[in-house]
This record gives sequence, C-alpha cells and structure tokens, in this order.
Amino acid sequence: MNEERKGLKEKITNSDIWKSIFRHGYEKTGRRYTLQVLQNVWLHLHPPRISRHALNFRFTWCMGGITFLMFLVTAVTGVLLMFYYRPVAEYAFGDVQALEFDIPFGMLLRNMHRWAAHGMVISVMLHMFRVFLTGSYKKPREFNWAVGVILLLITFFLSFTGYLLPWDQLAYWAVTVGTNMARATPVLGHEGPFAPSDITQANDVRFALLGGTIVGPSTLLRFYILHCVAVPLVASLLMALHFWRVRKDGGISGPL
Amino acid sequence: MENFLLLIQKPDNVPILAMLFLIPYFMWLAYKQARQTDRMGVPSDAALNDKVYVWPYLCRNEFICAIIVMLVLGVWSIMIDAPLEEPSDPAKTPNPSKAPWYFLALQEMLVYFDPWIAGVVLPGLIIAGLIAIPYIDINPKGKGYYTIKERPFALVVFCFGFIILWIVLMIVGTFLRGPGWNIFMPWQYWDPHKIVPLTNVNLSYLFGIRDDTTANFFGFAVVAGYFALGPIFYFWKYKTSRFLQELGLVRYVIVSFLFLSMVALPIKMVLRLALNIKYVWVSPWFNI
Repeated sequence: MNEERKGLKEKITNSDIWKSIFRHGYEKTGRRYTLQVLQNVWLHLHPPRISRHALNFRFTWCMGGITFLMFLVTAVTGVLLMFYYRPVAEYAFGDVQALEFDIPFGMLLRNMHRWAAHGMVISVMLHMFRVFLTGSYKKPREFNWAVGVILLLITFFLSFTGYLLPWDQLAYWAVTVGTNMARATPVLGHEGPFAPSDITQANDVRFALLGGTIVGPSTLLRFYILHCVAVPLVASLLMALHFWRVRKDGGISGPL
Repeated sequence: MENFLLLIQKPDNVPILAMLFLIPYFMWLAYKQARQTDRMGVPSDAALNDKVYVWPYLCRNEFICAIIVMLVLGVWSIMIDAPLEEPSDPAKTPNPSKAPWYFLALQEMLVYFDPWIAGVVLPGLIIAGLIAIPYIDINPKGKGYYTIKERPFALVVFCFGFIILWIVLMIVGTFLRGPGWNIFMPWQYWDPHKIVPLTNVNLSYLFGIRDDTTANFFGFAVVAGYFALGPIFYFWKYKTSRFLQELGLVRYVIVSFLFLSMVALPIKMVLRLALNIKYVWVSPWFNI
C-alpha cells in the first residue's frame, strides 16, 4: 500500500505537467531552499538568506508585514464591496444599508474592510516608531525612510477618502471637518493669509478637493475614485519601491 | 459618565483603546532591549553573521504572523459592527463634529493655533521634518539596534513628538472633547450649554500694549526672538561644541527651526491654559 502510494507520488511529481508548474523539488537542501525563494514570484522579494536577528519578533514587531497584509485585506474586501456600492449621493447610503441587512455576509465584509483599514493605520504608525527606535533610517536607508513617510500619508489619505463613502452623518461631518482646513491654506485658500482677492470659496484649493463649496455629490464621486483607483495605484507603486529598496539597501537593518 | 461610556463603546474608537495597550507594550519591549544593549554592548560580528534560510524560517514566521493577525481581524469583524449613523444631512451639524480619530491630534491643535498654522503649516512641517530626519541626524551610532545611551536627543525628541503630541492629543481629542469642543472629564455630563468665559487676551495686551501697531511689532519681536534662540545658541556654543561643528550650519538651521516649531505647540498650550493667552503675535494679515 505504502509502496503504491510512493510510486503514485513519484509518477505525479515526475510528470511533465507537475514539472512545468513547480520548478524545484522538495529535497531538504540549501540549494532547494534558495530556489524556493528565488524562483517564486510571490517570494522573490526576499533574499535567499537573512541574518537570524531579523526573525526576532522583539526586534521587528512584524509591523511592516502586518501593514502590507492589512493593505491586501482591504484590497480584496474593497473589490467585493465595489460590487454592491454606487458612489451616487442618492444611492450610497442605501447601498451600505443593503450591505448590512440584505447581502449575505455583507456586514462581515464591511466590518473587515473598515477594521483592516484602522488596523493598517495603527500598524503603519507602529512600524514607523520601530524603524525610528532602531535607527534603521540611517545611511544607506535615508531615501527609503522618505518613501515610508509618503506611504504613511497615503495610508491616512486612503483611510480618510474611504471614511466618506458610507455617506452617513459620521462620514459627512468627519470629512467636512477634515477638509475645512484647506480653506486656510496660505495664498491658495480663500480664508488663508495672503490670499489674493480673486481667490474665493468657489475656486480655491478646497473647491478643487471637494468639487463644490461644501461636501456634496461630486465630493462623493471624487473621493470614491481617489479611494478605489488613484490612491491605491500610487500606494502600490510606492510599496513596490519601498520593498525593493529594503532589499537593495542591505536588507533588514542590523548593527553592522 | 454616560457620555464617556458611550464614547468608549463607539466602534470607531476601538483602535484608540487598542493603542492604549499597544504603545506602552511596544515601548516596554523597546526599552528592555535598549537597556540590554546599553549594558552588554552591541552584539558581536560572529552573532550577526549567523544567517538562516528565508525558506522555511522567515516564511514560516510570516505565515504564522499572518494567521494570527487574520484571526484577530476576523474575531474583531464578527464581534463589532462598523458604525452607520443616520443618512448625511448638510443642515444638521453634530456637536461636537470630529474628524477621523487619526486626525484628532491635528484638530486638537486648532484650539491653540489658527487653522492656517494648525491645519496647513504644522502638518506640512511634520511631514517635511519626518522626511528630513535621516539627513539631519548625523549620529552614525545606534543603527539597527535598540539603544538609549548612544542617541538620547534623537529619541527624546521623537518620542515627545510621537507619544505626547500625536498619540496623547489624539486620545484627548477622542475621549475628552465634548460639545463646543470643550474639555469634559470622563465623569462629567456633556452639557451643550456649558458656559465658558472667553477671557483670553493677546500677549501684547497682557504687557499693557493697547495700540495695534505697537502690538504688531511687539508680537513680531517675540516670535522673531523665539526663533532667534537657534542662532544665539549656535554662536554661543559653536567654538566649544564638536557636535555643532560636525553638524554644519545648514543642518543646524533646519534642526533648530524644526525643533523650535515643534516645541512652540506645547508652549502655546501652556500659555493658553495657564495664562489665557489668545495670540502671541497679532498682525493685519495673520495671527500666531
């Protein structure tokens, strides 16, 4: 019986189909461990080997990885939510209500999206805190720290644009308060210092952000497109840069 | 008390409650390791050259970490529902109107500074300052391990900014701000008609200056004098301080400007809360 099973296993793993998909065997050798990482599209951002202290949770806190995981969760749940949500002022709130009461697992989907987003904000802040405490921004990682700061802002902005989409009182007024700051931008905002007299409520920087003088239907559409398309695209590109630089700047930091 | 209990139960405030535990835990973790390094010295080269294969060792860790995080997220999502209030109504302003929790430190700054500073200039300086950190911190030590002894100034400044001016202000904004953006202690009732006497005066008024032009120049002198502390310290210490000589003039200007701007916030908070100072500098174009 055991012999038979072994023969079958070998037959499968030696078949042309299997070999065309999996490019290495499963023997326990250093060569295979290296190939496993190098020849796998999902793992190849890793180096084949790292120093032992990089495995230590007490050192890394895992926060960078958790941030990326949270981003992936929001991306997957976000795409699913997009099937049920219309960014139109008349429908938006009703669609969210439908998600909660009519659509199977809609509430869970929405919860996961929201809590993953909040989790991402927490983990990205803690990640920055860890990187600072270990002095990991120092030469040669200065530029990657700058990319990280931009990614932190993008995380805030992603969360903020998503905050409006339920189109309830909480969303509406949080975004109203948040965007009111833009009125006071020096020179470019109509209530800011040194604003020229032809900068008004209807053409200043806040108007450009909201698509109106108050948070309204065009704001909803703008924030939706920023939230679902524009900002995630930029975030993905910068994340690729961030991870690539971690590798190129010498891997995870250590006292060498 | 009931208002505070309602606040605690708000699902969107769960992250802040989580941070109340997470931040002290991670600070303790970092402190323990820093103490260890400071006492025992940096690990030797031999220990650091100990390499392991990413597969299976790191990938296994990542996998286990991902499973645990997804479990926590799953339980969180099943237990607590995302909030949904009444449909949005531009004519019905809630009191207080709060920004999302991660912006509440910025909203809290609005109490002490005009919107153009609190909402635009200071956030801009925070971003610029964060990006500038690696370029102005020329201390080559403390790279890749926890330490306190080797970089005390950098740690104190960053922790003050992050813990006090960001996290604590966020918590104050979330839990202690009620109607009219007034401070309400957890055991107090949120009285929307709470009467707060507006007895704040400008700094120039406190010094007996009643004339607008003189007040303008006075305010300018105070603010300019405050930021002149940077150059004064530089010329005072330059000859004797090897650190300043190594830092160089350009880096020093940036460090001192960013540092003084950051400290200006707690100074203004103290001035407002202790002395009822409204503005330090009142000019025809802007107020600081």
